[in-house]
Amino acid sequence: MHYTPAGARALRIALLSDIHANTQALTACLRHADERGAQQFAFLGDFVGYGADPSGVVDIVIRYAAKGAVALKGNHDQAVEKSAGYFNETAMAAIEWARKTLSDEQKRFLASLPLVARDGTVCFVHASAASPERWDYIDSPSAAKRCADAANAFYTFCGHVHDQLLYFENASGGMSEFRPVPGAAIPVRSQRRWVAIVGSVGQPRDRNPAAAYTLFDRTREQITFYRVPYDAMAAADRIRKCGLPESLACRVELGI
Amino acid sequence: MRERLQPGAVIDGFRVGECLHKGGTGYIYRVTAPPEKEPGFPLVMKAPALGPGEPTIGIDSFEIEQMILPTLTGASVPRFVAAGDLTATPYIVMERIDGQGFEQIIALAPLPAEEVARIGSALADAVHSVHTQQVIHLDLKPENVMLRPTGQAVLLDFGFARHAHYPDLLAESKDFAAGSAAYVSPEQLQHDRSDARSDLFALGVLLYELATGRQPFGEPQTYAGMRDRLWREPIPPRALNERVPPWLQEIILRCLEHTAAARYQSAAHISFDLRHPEQVVLTARADRTEGASFFPQFGRWWRSRRDQHVLGGRQRIAAARAPVIMVAVDTEHLDDERHPSLQLATRQLVAINPEFRLMCVSVVRAAPLGEGPADIDTASGKHLEHKTRLRHWVEPLKLPSSRVSLHVVAAANATGTLLDLARANHVDLIVLGAPGPAQRALGWWRSVASSVTASAPCSVYVVRVPERASEPSPD
Repeated sequence: MHYTPAGARALRIALLSDIHANTQALTACLRHADERGAQQFAFLGDFVGYGADPSGVVDIVIRYAAKGAVALKGNHDQAVEKSAGYFNETAMAAIEWARKTLSDEQKRFLASLPLVARDGTVCFVHASAASPERWDYIDSPSAAKRCADAANAFYTFCGHVHDQLLYFENASGGMSEFRPVPGAAIPVRSQRRWVAIVGSVGQPRDRNPAAAYTLFDRTREQITFYRVPYDAMAAADRIRKCGLPESLACRVELGI
Repeated sequence: MRERLQPGAVIDGFRVGECLHKGGTGYIYRVTAPPEKEPGFPLVMKAPALGPGEPTIGIDSFEIEQMILPTLTGASVPRFVAAGDLTATPYIVMERIDGQGFEQIIALAPLPAEEVARIGSALADAVHSVHTQQVIHLDLKPENVMLRPTGQAVLLDFGFARHAHYPDLLAESKDFAAGSAAYVSPEQLQHDRSDARSDLFALGVLLYELATGRQPFGEPQTYAGMRDRLWREPIPPRALNERVPPWLQEIILRCLEHTAAARYQSAAHISFDLRHPEQVVLTARADRTEGASFFPQFGRWWRSRRDQHVLGGRQRIAAARAPVIMVAVDTEHLDDERHPSLQLATRQLVAINPEFRLMCVSVVRAAPLGEGPADIDTASGKHLEHKTRLRHWVEPLKLPSSRVSLHVVAAANATGTLLDLARANHVDLIVLGAPGPAQRALGWWRSVASSVTASAPCSVYVVRVPERASEPSPD
């Protein structure tokens, strides 16, 4: 693997978000990105919650962060240290599981993560660059517009919403949404603003269990959204084995 | 903001020559490439019209063309060579098409039906080629079409186009981003830029012009004027030019249907009908001699007002879902045991493709030179006999006649004939029988099925009669 040190202009950046303690999915995406020449990695938060292996995922993120990868805090990561917004019963069970299985060092790492990172014309954030601490969902073109305005960058990459989506500045100055076709490279010229929801590595919800992540080629100005098949059955089995609610295993297995 | 380019200027190595054209969204210059970039064909550079007084849509259009043109291949588009940075020196260098502009051809209209069919099918071929590459042109008009010396049509200016894999930069544009007044489809007028059948409407307008010398809806100057086409029937071409044959009117008026679902569903089907006028099934459209009377028009006008807000839910039909299927039928041996299997396979394939066209083809040996006295021995008698057998073969499938065409071709080389037909008619799938038990001894590689499979421009479905469990031998 090759890494570009922080600060240097990476050519091809892999964007991974909402990993949710799913090591199988994360490993599959990292291998996929590596095969496609990713030189830098940005982890956009929610490393824990829902899944069986918070400790395994956080270890991988720590390793990449030590070599210059961007790593941000998500609402589930924050919930490990303190209550962060509303969590339902099953989600709370998974947070308890993370609290129980993460080491103190891993918890300190999560607590130390920033909510936003910038690199020149690119902005990274877990939820929305407009008040990231409120964990607002970018669920409409107007929410994407607020995010782009606050980010003050040509390219903003977000997670939090689990479905891949590309918002772009349209001819009348507002934002429009585009549902990307997995694997198709989309030209994204830098004289307009783009907000990409990169998709969820560990818990996709569009009835397709394949892991989701995104590659940004900065030199060619292209974004490619990917879906990566992995052993979702095995990830679901681990969830069952560690005694987490059955519904969490089903979600991973079916992508719901 | 930006001066137009001066002859002699050098941009990224390309030397700018004379300005050939100033269009709505940009200038076209002759350019020469530096030796290391020399592509071996003549070039032009397109630069956007920017600056005070120029429409802001210009730069969005230019960005769209820079996104889409490099993805397109084939003779139907100018070959893309290079593009300049949009923020510094925006330009596109592409192949210069040396041919006839469509405007020159339209100026000669009305043209004879055979000419309309020849030019129209070339145009439909080009539209189909672009559609199969996931692109809708959305601005087909005479200025944007040329004919190469080979007769192939070339589509120019993808500044209003839409690529299925890319975001639509003209979405929600306040400027009028629908195309040109005379050619724009009803869907585009209702701000829908995602329907490939919009191009088929524009193609219908161009065919209408070629056949009559007039535009079916005129060239309205206002938005309200353009909206007339949501409900108004054009004057039937035969009322303007009595030499327009019924089959051509049928094709043109079907392209111009208000609702996209009532039009052709694929440019390949239009091209097919223009190439095989005798196979066009005529409906009431073909007989119309005057525009619709007041009451039906009023009904459509009323419905067009009512239906405006339900357009979003309309189904798009991609060219891929309106396939042309070609089945090769051996009408020399109608009792061959493979026929039921071939019929079953065909039945299943058309059942999963509601918008299919089925070409039934029989390649028969060329008639002997010395023709005998019986009808079956003459070339025309033989042709008719095999056509009857072909109709008999497809009849049990109970398919609508508008979806089926019958082709009997006398030729010595079945493989070459099938491949030529497949290429000329944009066939998506060839269905044919595997060699029967008698031919199997010859070796697979010598069969028509194997040589067609090896060289076909599309998928091939080779149908084999299931092997029966071997019966116990008597001893």
